[in-house]
Amino acid sequence: MNIPKDKLMLMLERMWLIRNFELKVIEAHKTGEFAGGAHPYIGEEAVAVGACIAMRDTDYIAGNHRSHGHPIAKGASLNKAMAEIFGRRDGYCKGKGGSMHLADFSVGILGESGIVGSSVPIATGAALASKLQKKDFVSAVFFGDGASNQGACHESMNLASVWKLPVIFICENNQYAVTTSYKSTVAVEHVSDRASAYNMPGVLVDGQDCIAMYEAMTEAVRRARAGEGPTLLEGLTYRFEEHSLGLGKIRRSEYRTEDEINSWRKRDPIVIHEDRLLKSEIASQAEVQHVRDHTEKLSMEALEFARKSPWPEVSELFEDMWADKTMPIP
Amino acid sequence: MPEMMVMQALNQAIAEEMRRDPKVFLMGEDVRASVYGASANLSREFGPDRIIDTPLSENGFFGAAIGASAVGMRPIVETLTSFMWVGMDQLVSQAAKMRYMFGGQVNLPVVFRAVMYYGGGSAAHHSDRSYPLFMNIGGLKVIVPGTARDAKGLLKTAIRDNDPVICFEDGTLLGQRGFVPDNSELPGGELLVPFGKAAIHRQGTDCTVVAIAGCVGLAIQAADELQKEGISVEVVDPRTLVPLDKTSILESVAKTGRCVIADPAAKVCSAASEIASIVAEEAFWSLQAPIMKVASEQVHIPFSQALEKHVYPTKEKIMAAVKKTMG
Repeated sequence: MNIPKDKLMLMLERMWLIRNFELKVIEAHKTGEFAGGAHPYIGEEAVAVGACIAMRDTDYIAGNHRSHGHPIAKGASLNKAMAEIFGRRDGYCKGKGGSMHLADFSVGILGESGIVGSSVPIATGAALASKLQKKDFVSAVFFGDGASNQGACHESMNLASVWKLPVIFICENNQYAVTTSYKSTVAVEHVSDRASAYNMPGVLVDGQDCIAMYEAMTEAVRRARAGEGPTLLEGLTYRFEEHSLGLGKIRRSEYRTEDEINSWRKRDPIVIHEDRLLKSEIASQAEVQHVRDHTEKLSMEALEFARKSPWPEVSELFEDMWADKTMPIP
Repeated sequence: MPEMMVMQALNQAIAEEMRRDPKVFLMGEDVRASVYGASANLSREFGPDRIIDTPLSENGFFGAAIGASAVGMRPIVETLTSFMWVGMDQLVSQAAKMRYMFGGQVNLPVVFRAVMYYGGGSAAHHSDRSYPLFMNIGGLKVIVPGTARDAKGLLKTAIRDNDPVICFEDGTLLGQRGFVPDNSELPGGELLVPFGKAAIHRQGTDCTVVAIAGCVGLAIQAADELQKEGISVEVVDPRTLVPLDKTSILESVAKTGRCVIADPAAKVCSAASEIASIVAEEAFWSLQAPIMKVASEQVHIPFSQALEKHVYPTKEKIMAAVKKTMG
């Protein structure tokens, strides 16, 4: 393992940030502190963290409805993210986007998207811009096994390949599109097999292992920056929680077994990484505990920040529709 | 002042803006060969990096243009209104909504040039006039040039605009000629037509005809013929539907007391419907007769010329509507 310790610790910290942040989100949802749903990323943290740590701050990412992990992995503010989920004025989008539309353009987070597959062309376009501008920025987009069946996804992979764009397609295969197994909707064995149709490398990665993700991503980013074109990475992972907060109440039948859930829970990406750091004596128990405590504290502070943040004023309703401030309100 | 086809005016607008700003590029299907005419010779001047032929993947390349615009480029996308359906998710879920949804963090200076072919036996799949739908969505500026001059001036403004714009290019006008001032004749050395400012093509006192896109020329012809019959028609061309110059329409109706709206789109929830509702709400006490809509029939476009010609507004239909308001 020749990854510097600071990067390894940053991976642990970002995964714990996502985990603890989302545990607060779940808690707040249970008590009805915010409206609508939210899609927990718990269990899948290694995919976004391994990928984002292999990128630069100036690189772009776009994501999907399972939307908290990607920005946090890229370095987003927990406070602004939580306030957005709460619909408050201090949120990333001043309360206009909510959980599924976190974005921070100042650090290359081009936005999460509620329509499955819809952000894949956006990230591809950012890569096109990078190429036209002769910059070496790369772009990555996170999407699920469900989105891998969307035309937008296939069209983007083809575009990116024929134009040799610096984009990395990262399929977070958590194996279920809401309740439907990818085994009954994807015609090939692995989503990454689809890469061959677009003449790009397709790499199946253990999505529970942030280092495996980091290494696969490092090579994909190298290719992209070198002008060699896109890569399709598939992080095989598992969603520990239900598809969406609140959905468990209305689900009518079981779609995955307790045995399956438990077997995947044993492959917790944070535990895997922590154990490795401890066993290889890269980090001490105290250092690991500090990461846990510190991220718990930051998550709690984010929750408090969101609770105290003011609601947007009614006068803000029409703001942000247009860049053009002279636009009349019909 | 040289005369040129609407298509050439569009071509000039693109070429001038591409020379001015290296961030501007054009992408679409068959744009290098200029199958639809407006991108003629651009590939020779600007090369393949800035005139980009795309695969037949509207959802993919519409989205790519939007994504590129989010990080500093100014893409122009060429398409047909009929192919916009294929890329609707990107137009609606992303281009229209990203800015608001992300709390104003991003500007999307992207232009979609949508050619509207109709009236020439192209049948239902290639004869859409879909701009009213995009007025309803919000977040997209909608421009509908009705003359060669406005085609050039509005498109140049669109390319410089920081919001997403859809330029609906009326296929019945593309081959029509009109006067476009030479840049040397203009005070600022270039033709920029502002959004949200209607053009009054004919001044009149008896009836206002608000005419959109391909109906502008028909309304002018109708006005000229009615003049001979002693009816004075004012022809108001909004030129842009989002934003809409309500003031000019309402001032005209306040003067004439009558309002006919000529709109090539299908009549239900058309641009004409929206303008009629604004006039009814805000100029009711000026009206001396009911508002009349002259819009397309609510049918799909039939192939047979025996049927198709009955679908759209005509000069005769506009004249009949004006006369009806005169009682």
